[in-house]
Amino acid sequence: MTVTTDSTLHERLMTLAERQIAAGEVFGAAAADPVNLPMIRHWTDAMGDANPVYTDPEAAAASAHGGIVAPPAMIQVWTMPGVNRKAGQTPTPVDDVLATLNEGGYTGVVATNCEQTYHRYIRPGERLVPATRFAGLAGPKRTALGEGYFVTWNVTWYSGDEAVAEMLFRVLKFRPRKKKDPAGEEGPQAGAGEGTPQAGAGERAPYPLRPAVNGDTAFFWEGVAQGELRIQRCGGCGELRHPPGPMCPSCRSTDRGYAVASGEGEVYSYVVHHNPPVPGRQTPFVVAVVQLPEGVRIVGNVVDCAPSEVGIGMRVRVTYRQMDDELTLPMWAPREA
Amino acid sequence: MSFLSGRTAVAGIGATEFSKRSGRSELRLAAEAVLAALDDAGLTPADVDGMVTYTQDTNQEIAVAREAGIGDLSFFSRVHYGGGAACGTVLHAAMAVATGVAETVVCYRAFNERSGRRFGQPDARIGGEPSSQGLEMSWHVPYGLMTPAAWVAMFARRYMHAYGVTSEDFGRVAVAMRRHAATNPAAWFHRRPITLREHQESKWIVEPLHLLDCCQESDGAVALVVTSAERARDLRRSPAVIRAAAQGSGAGQMMMTSYYRDDMTGLPEMGVVGGRLWEQAGLGPADVQTAILYDHFTPFVLTQLEELGFCGRGEARDYVADGGIEIDGRLPVNPHGGQLGEAYIHGMNGIAEAVRQIRGTSVNQVAGVHNVLVTAGTGVPTSGLILSAE
Ligand SMILES: [Zn+2]
Repeated sequence: MTVTTDSTLHERLMTLAERQIAAGEVFGAAAADPVNLPMIRHWTDAMGDANPVYTDPEAAAASAHGGIVAPPAMIQVWTMPGVNRKAGQTPTPVDDVLATLNEGGYTGVVATNCEQTYHRYIRPGERLVPATRFAGLAGPKRTALGEGYFVTWNVTWYSGDEAVAEMLFRVLKFRPRKKKDPAGEEGPQAGAGEGTPQAGAGERAPYPLRPAVNGDTAFFWEGVAQGELRIQRCGGCGELRHPPGPMCPSCRSTDRGYAVASGEGEVYSYVVHHNPPVPGRQTPFVVAVVQLPEGVRIVGNVVDCAPSEVGIGMRVRVTYRQMDDELTLPMWAPREA
Repeated sequence: MSFLSGRTAVAGIGATEFSKRSGRSELRLAAEAVLAALDDAGLTPADVDGMVTYTQDTNQEIAVAREAGIGDLSFFSRVHYGGGAACGTVLHAAMAVATGVAETVVCYRAFNERSGRRFGQPDARIGGEPSSQGLEMSWHVPYGLMTPAAWVAMFARRYMHAYGVTSEDFGRVAVAMRRHAATNPAAWFHRRPITLREHQESKWIVEPLHLLDCCQESDGAVALVVTSAERARDLRRSPAVIRAAAQGSGAGQMMMTSYYRDDMTGLPEMGVVGGRLWEQAGLGPADVQTAILYDHFTPFVLTQLEELGFCGRGEARDYVADGGIEIDGRLPVNPHGGQLGEAYIHGMNGIAEAVRQIRGTSVNQVAGVHNVLVTAGTGVPTSGLILSAE
């Protein structure tokens, strides 16, 4: 959904975006080091990738590659600027757009897409050079996180004149809301008795019950922020798993993706919380273990009905509640028969 | 017969009073209980060379040792997973003694769980850290599912659905525990029995659990002295021989929220413990005369009766309704009144009662006790014991 915003800022952003698109591909600084075995070894160690074709010269020589190759997914590593990136270092066409968004109050950022394409394996000794192309700016959009712009760019890595890998990257730059949104569309939807937090006089209080998030679970919460219920899917054997984890218990693969759930479910068990009071909640409220048709279970609140209407076997559908400026939770509402 | 079985014994037990406000520090409670247990055994602090407590205990072994005047230690260990640690402390102590790592080990648990940090109160911080436990909690805490009563209630609801169990079935457990506590002067609910009607009319905590399905919150401390069975024979009290001791966790285990296993109506981790105990001891359910079953919430007492083999799946409600867990029943459960009636000392007070039953000194003594089964916290990785008379 498109919404109105500060028209001057919007025009400035769009003009800037057009200029950056027109600038085309902008080369960045070459990798500090050529592709090398020590860095490959550190990376595969950290990722738990034991494939000998990346680290064992003999095994690699005997493989189809005829020698050591770098893990394709490591592509970004070679040209990362490091933590001490300074002003004056080669800028990218994305920098000005992000800075303008920050100045305009769109200070929140969440990565939404990262698609990499590898044209060929790269080998030790190759020195990569990145080139960035600004691809687009879309917005302002109303999202679960708040109003924001989607910023998209492409990076191509070159070895000499040859493009060896490409990446599409997209972030959502959003405006964290301090005040209750007068439109109220994304505001707390639960009335008294539904147990979701109430905003005080025009302020949306920070919701106190926050999940811990790490690299193994971020995809789930990023999905929720975009209105998607994501279930981890093993890249090795395809098994769906919730709650997610870093290693598939069935096939030991650490290659993970996700499926987007249909959003339907059935109450498998539930409780009605009365006492003691819970921070950020109004009692009574219902928490359920929901069985999904995809074969996994997930815990969440049942909303949009009285606690007395909830029962085991009740058919529910996912809905999303924005708890504060940053956190959205998936919840479950009765599904019409 | 396992290597461990019969080699060690509980030689002493000690406790502070059980209250709602001890008026003193947790460290002082720990030291008092440790000294009482040593005195009961006829030992002195100088005899102690090992100490074991829970990871949740706030009193470091070295601090308790300093206060109690205990000198050099050659063994110290902590057992994890909340109340699931209770019998595990005795297992660790028994292993240390049986292997010669230590000679006299004190196990203790001390807290001001009512006047200090109350476990039943929501703590918004529990899901906040990206540790494995924080991440596990993060699938539940944001939805307000964050108290022990709520975690257990989720299992209880499914169990009711699967076997036609009612709130009154849970209530009968509470009534029995309070009846036992009523004649135990050490119990907080001494002379305060309840009726099933009072249970039903008590306020909702988390449906389907009423207030009277939940154990109390208590201040207090309990300590136990573990040494070799041979040495225990020469000490002041008759030994409670550690016939079997085990820890257990199950596949798909979580802390109180193992909702993602195929079945939600059992306690597989307690099945692991039970299997190990029966095998180690060479005994079966018919061979124990009384059991101390961890009763922080009533539903899991039913589940444990099933998981440990005292009755079949879904049959515990009838077992309890028939008076099976009363003092004169088939299997008197928690003659001291349990954590619902005596006090919530994280399961440690139940081990002390098991020792009294072996000695024949309980205020609610069961006739002809030779073997007592004890369990620890339910819904978490847990532990258990079989104590026997010589
Ligand atoms: Zn797999």
